[in-house]
Parts: sequence; C-alpha cells; structure tokens
Amino acid sequence: MISRGERVANYVILSVFAAFALLPIVTILGAALGPSDSGGTAGPANFAAAWEVGRFGTYLRTSLAVSAFVVVVSVALSVMSGYAFGTMRFRGQSALFYLFMLGIMMPSEAVAVPLYFDLRSLGLIDTFWSVALPQVALSVAFGTFWMRAYFRASNRAIVEAARIDGASTWRILWQVLVPPARPAVVTLTVLVFMWTWNEFLIPLIMVTSESLRTAPLGLAFFQGQHTSGFTLLAAGSVIVATPVVIFYLFLQRHFVRGLLQGAVRE
Amino acid sequence: MAGRRAAGRPPGEPRRVAYLYLLPAFVIYAAFLLFPIGRAVQFSLYDWDGLSVGRWAGLDNYAAILADEGLRAAFGHALVLVVFYALIPLAVGLALAAVLNHAKVRGLGFFRTVVFLPQVVAMVVVAVAWRRVYAPDGTLNALLGALGLDSLTRGWLGDYAFALPAVGVVGTWVETGLVTVLLLAGMSRVPPDLYEAARLDGAGAVREFFAVTLPSVRGEIAVALTLTVIAALRTFDLVYVTTRGGPGTSTTVPSYEVYHRAFGLGQVGSAAAVGVTLALLIFVISFGINRFADRGLT
Repeated sequence: MISRGERVANYVILSVFAAFALLPIVTILGAALGPSDSGGTAGPANFAAAWEVGRFGTYLRTSLAVSAFVVVVSVALSVMSGYAFGTMRFRGQSALFYLFMLGIMMPSEAVAVPLYFDLRSLGLIDTFWSVALPQVALSVAFGTFWMRAYFRASNRAIVEAARIDGASTWRILWQVLVPPARPAVVTLTVLVFMWTWNEFLIPLIMVTSESLRTAPLGLAFFQGQHTSGFTLLAAGSVIVATPVVIFYLFLQRHFVRGLLQGAVRE
Repeated sequence: MAGRRAAGRPPGEPRRVAYLYLLPAFVIYAAFLLFPIGRAVQFSLYDWDGLSVGRWAGLDNYAAILADEGLRAAFGHALVLVVFYALIPLAVGLALAAVLNHAKVRGLGFFRTVVFLPQVVAMVVVAVAWRRVYAPDGTLNALLGALGLDSLTRGWLGDYAFALPAVGVVGTWVETGLVTVLLLAGMSRVPPDLYEAARLDGAGAVREFFAVTLPSVRGEIAVALTLTVIAALRTFDLVYVTTRGGPGTSTTVPSYEVYHRAFGLGQVGSAAAVGVTLALLIFVISFGINRFADRGLT
C-alpha cells in the first residue's frame, strides 16, 4: 500500500524530529561525560565532582523531602475530596467544585507575591512549610478534579452493596474504592511528584538559606556562580533531571495519560 | 433509617459527611491559594514597596499595563511566545501525526518516548541545556560552522533581534512532542471507513486531511492549544535562567515582570496587578478555546 519512497520519507521525517528532540539532551550528556573544565576528571567522575562542588547532595535531599511531603499529603487529601465530589451529593457542591477548578488554571505567579509577604509577616518565610504547603494547595486543585472524575465513573453497585452491609463511608473509600483505583492514584502521584520536583518559582521566592534550596533552584544558583566551565553544570543538570526521567521511563503511560487527560474538561 | 434512604436514592445520596471529607483539602487550598488570590487583588490596588505603608492607587497599576512601555512589551513578548509554543507546534504536530498515523513505521514507540521527554525534564535543566546550544562556542554555531555558514553564527541569547525567537524555539522544542502525541492519539481513533469513504469519493491526501482528519481531532486541537498557550503565557523559569529578560528588555515576559517588580524593583502593587491580569488572560483564553471547540462538536 505504501510505496518504498513514501516509507523512506517517513523514516527521514521521524529521524529529523528525533534528532531535534535529542539535540540539547545529547549536548548536555556529552558535556557531562566529557573532559572536565580543569582537566582533572572525566566521565562519571564529573558527577562526583558536581555532587561535591555544587552541593547537589543537599539540594536533592531537600527536593526529596518536599516532594515526598507534597505527594503524600496532596494525594491523600485529593482522594478524600474527590470521593466527596464524585460519590456524594451535598449543598453547595457545584459552587465548591468550581472554586477548586479555579486553582487548576491559576498561575502560581499570581499568588506567589502575596503569599511571600503574608508568610513573611507570620515569620514562616524560608521554612520547609513555605515551600511545601503552597504546592500542596496547587496540587490538591488538580488532584480533586482527577479523583472526582475517577470516582464518578467507578462501580456504584459495589458501593451500594458495601453500604447495605453497614460499611462506613470511611471503610467504603479505603477498602472498596481505593484498591481498584490504583492506576488513577499512580498517575496522580507521578504527576504531583514531577510538578513538585521541577517547581522553580515558589522555592525561588520562599527560600534564602542554602540548606532549603531544591534541586532546580540549586542548579540555577550554581549556574550563576560557576561560570568558568560547562562540565560540572552539565553534570549537575543531569543529576537534577534524572529522578523524574527514571520515573518517566518506567511509568510512561501514566505521564502521557495524566498530562493529556488532565486538560480535558467535562 | 439508613436502609430506607439507600433504597430510595441510589448513588450520591445527600450526605453531610461530605463536608468532612472536603475539609482538610479545602483548608489548605483556601489558606494557600484562595486567600492569596484575594490578597493579590487587594495589593494590586495599592502603590506599595513591600516595606512601608502602602498608598491607595485605585486602578492605576492596571492602567499602567496599557501605558507603561515595559509592561506592554512584556505582554507583547508573551504573544510572540504563543506563536512558538502553540501555533508552530500545532502546525508541525498536525503534519507529523497525519504522516505517522498512516505510515506503518517501526520505532514509533521509541519516537513517542523521545519527543515527549521534554515535558518531564525540569525547565531549569532545559534552559541550561539550551544556553549551551546557543552559546557563542555552542552546539548551534558549531553546526552552522560545519555547514559553512560561519556568517550566521552569533551569541544567540545576547542578540537583540534573535534572543526572543531563540527563547521561543525552546518552547517549540518542549511543546511539539506533547502536541504530536496528543494528535496521534486522536487520529488513531478516527474510524477507518471514514478514510475509505473519502478515498472512494476521489479525495487526495490533502483533501482527505482537511475533510476527514482535521474535523475529527478538533477536541484534541483544543486541548493542545489550551495546554500550550497557557505554557507560553506562564513562561518564567526559561527566561529567568537564559536571559533574565535581556538583552535590554527584549525577552521580558509577564511572569518575569511579576518577579522582577516585586523582588527587584520594590513595586509590589504593580507586580500583583500584572499577576492578576495574567491569571484573567489565561482564564479568558482557555475558556474561549474550549467554547470554540464545543461549538465545533455540535
């Protein structure tokens, strides 16, 4: 059906775009594995050097702590609020739901400035909470939307059966509804992890002490200070990007599905 | 009593307990998102440097967005970025997906993995990588040199004319994969008999594309535009790391103005007004795109 020429053309088009997509990635991987700026190290040793010189160990620890907190709290809260919106009826339901939807499109740029000044008056600036809690709020908006969509489509008959058996709403949620919801929860988890790990503006504004810098923030500062060569910067970039990329390679379907369906309104 | 209720009203029976399930999420959401939105609106009506007492300014900060050349330029740059983040990826993505949908090529899965990858890499890392590509001794100039085009080489991000398009191309790089994967998924759901019918009517590949493919993926196009236009308008990390708005103000964007005005210039009121305007712009545009798509479906 497809002529030989057409097939060759298809492969050429694919290759050109794959090359375009890979160009910056190859650039940075090549630099990270190449000879170091000072000539001292090369190859994998650059990562150890960046880890030491760039203090990426500290930054990764902070990022890990912030991401773990934001993921656990916002997924748990989203499951509960999505359960309420998706399976129950109550007064003010749609008004409350629209209020949550506001947060999905709300750019963090718009709220970060007032948050900074109000948290400063409360003395909360430059703390773990000033980095983590605003991101929980942003994630919970999407998470509520996501879990509501799942619970609405879930099997009502099982819920009714459990209810007639006298199960409490709490038990119905965690023992009946959540176990089969694992794919939806995994998708939400990887998305929130990725957003939190990659977030830049909120830590940039909220954090001044070095020990609280997240990985992307540390990288941006490292770039500002370390202008003499590119090798360590490239190695640092690879270190910062790797955790999410590993998740992506193993859970690709979840990333694609979440990022594409997350935008679909009802 | 519980039994009677359950029998009368199946799913979603009215339940006060719902409020308890909503409460924890709502408390954090209200404290760290809803309340700051209100405060942003309040701040935007004052002339405030962040330290002393603010002075009531009414809508002056909003009027300045139209009057102030720097702010007008920032929003203008955001529109230029929409072309690079949304329109070019859409055009390329449509062509690419149309070709790939028909072709039985091997390696499609690998291609999808690679082109989607920029979506998951931190923007700061993307920016560092592209700074290297655009550097005077970077990858792009090396490629141009190898092609014998030395006259075109330059420090791309330091050039008044080329810095904004250079930042835009990074956006194209990030978004094209997303758009392509989205459109491929949409096109694979088009029933084959539609194509068959078009072929029987004597339609060529181009006619077929406009008559069958394009209308079928209208929903996907709306989603793609919503995601990419919002990404374009929100550009911050990329500009912060690559150009800091420079050279001059040639790459400044609204989000960068929010940050710069609040924490660099001490114009908190103006920063809040830009933030609120940006949020409204995003609401209006995504609402408009979705209205457009809905009308197309009925």
